[in-house]
Amino acid sequence: MSQEANGQKVDTSKRKFLIAATSAVGGVAAAGVAVPLVMSMLPSARAKAAGAPVEVDISKVEPGMLLTVEWRGKPVWVVNRTKEMLDGLSKIDSQLTDPNSEQPQQPEYCKNATRSIKPEYLVAVGICTHLGCSPSEKLKLGVDSGLGADWPGGFFCPCHGSRFDLAARVFKNVPAPTNLVIPPHQYLSDTRLLIGVDTKGA
Amino acid sequence: MSALQKMMGWVDDRFPLTATYKAHLSEYYAPKNFNFWYFFGSLALLVLVLQIVTGIFLTMNYKPDAELAFASVEYIMRDVDWGWLIRYMHSTGASMFFVVVYLHMFRGLMYGSYRKPRELIWIFGVLIYLALMAEAFLGYLLPWGQMSFWGAQVIVNLFAAVPFIGEDLSIWIRGDYVISDATLNRFFAFHVIALPLVLLGLVVVHLVALHEVGSNNPDGVEIKKNKDPVTHIPLDGIPFHPYYTVKDIVGVIVFLMVFSAILFFGPEMGGYFLEANNFIPADPLKTPQHIAPLWYFTPFYAILRAVPPMFGSQFPGVVAMGMSIVLMFFLPWLDRGKVKSIRYRGPIYKIMLALFVVSFIGLGYLGLLPSTPLLTIAAQVFSVIYFLFFLLMPWYTSIDKTKPEPERVTG
Repeated sequence: MSQEANGQKVDTSKRKFLIAATSAVGGVAAAGVAVPLVMSMLPSARAKAAGAPVEVDISKVEPGMLLTVEWRGKPVWVVNRTKEMLDGLSKIDSQLTDPNSEQPQQPEYCKNATRSIKPEYLVAVGICTHLGCSPSEKLKLGVDSGLGADWPGGFFCPCHGSRFDLAARVFKNVPAPTNLVIPPHQYLSDTRLLIGVDTKGA
Repeated sequence: MSALQKMMGWVDDRFPLTATYKAHLSEYYAPKNFNFWYFFGSLALLVLVLQIVTGIFLTMNYKPDAELAFASVEYIMRDVDWGWLIRYMHSTGASMFFVVVYLHMFRGLMYGSYRKPRELIWIFGVLIYLALMAEAFLGYLLPWGQMSFWGAQVIVNLFAAVPFIGEDLSIWIRGDYVISDATLNRFFAFHVIALPLVLLGLVVVHLVALHEVGSNNPDGVEIKKNKDPVTHIPLDGIPFHPYYTVKDIVGVIVFLMVFSAILFFGPEMGGYFLEANNFIPADPLKTPQHIAPLWYFTPFYAILRAVPPMFGSQFPGVVAMGMSIVLMFFLPWLDRGKVKSIRYRGPIYKIMLALFVVSFIGLGYLGLLPSTPLLTIAAQVFSVIYFLFFLLMPWYTSIDKTKPEPERVTG
């Protein structure tokens, strides 16, 4: 392709190539400059360091009680489940979405009937798997909970009505898709719990 | 030649001041039959200015720091001279912005203002609406109250529902693993500089596009089709200034009366403009018993809640909510009606528009309430109507029995 201009031939294909090449190089440069800007929005070194494990004294958590501790800015529940509560867990399997904890919402060592290391202590991240609200504790069984006579005890999310049982397993037909997360944790002694790391180091 | 004329001449040789004034005000010919519904565009501009001005003065005392933010807002309310007024103007202004924008958009629906040749005006308008929603959402985190915190938590988690990249995306948005100081600080940056710039730019292109093709009117007929053979001025057009500037001032006065009544007698509007729980400082460990977004987001929130989780993911709900807004962009091409204005449309369009308005308001109401199985079914019905209004539009607008459009605008 060529044009006449002032009696001289203008090589437009060369012009087009130069324009395309300049645009491409400019585009790469702009994208390159955008990288540090975009990366600066990732969690900073300080935010990452704040994810340190938390040590909890659980000796004062009486049976049937719940203790909330903060780990990585999130509420973590420690529930001391009574024998009655533990016995009820297996009876409601048919009402649950994932009764056997098939979804990887817990460390391997908590993939069991009680979703815990020690059967009586439930350690769970109190953040609803739907949209991140913190469910309210409805540990009491039956009418006392305000959730009907057949309520087996557990947690109720006020935002969108999701329900979880006493092993933090999600009920069927609620907005939350999966069970609550069990964080990595380990027992340093009978009464000292460390949340955030397990024996594998995590 | 007077000194003033000389000065104007000097400026005009260097900057198109007189030409711009003529093109956009004194010789911009708008249809003479504008009615009540045509107030809301200029009112939206007024509220935009109000928000920018009050916002500038709020930043002089506000602290975008998770430790200080809540207290700094209370400081503005109690200790800064007239601070309460500026803050309430800004918070009332946010809600009133959506009131006028929703009415402005409904005007467009009624009179077919999105139809050819005004498709781009409509698209820029929907972009303005999106930017406005983002601006409102970001601003709502700043007081760092309970609703600020948990509202942001829920909305940012919507991004986490995106398959594969969702979790990383939400961490990138927050700048942390939870809503924290980093999130507050960046939301402040977006709220006070990034999005206002985008909004202003969009408003400029919205108006430039409008003034290029000219305004639509309640009859939906093009006034440029009938021009004076000598002057080439549309026969049904009148200069924007002074006719519509004066008319708009009447609208401004009425609007400011309503605005002041809310501002001085009920700035919280019973919890609809400022939610009660937001007077409690943010507590990352405790969700309020009932959380709902502010009223202008509730229709979309209700659509989100109406869609049940599928395949162990609640992404379908997020997609439905996104689609409910994305569909608006396609409106100019979905409408196959022979006429623009509702005045000459057939009964089917009128019924569909009425159903759409009922379902939009219905969804807005349901989005304020806690969800129960019965209300969820109601929300699902309304959501279906909402989508059918758009998706069936090519069909029902083309079979609808329309009346003939007049040649010239009527009264």
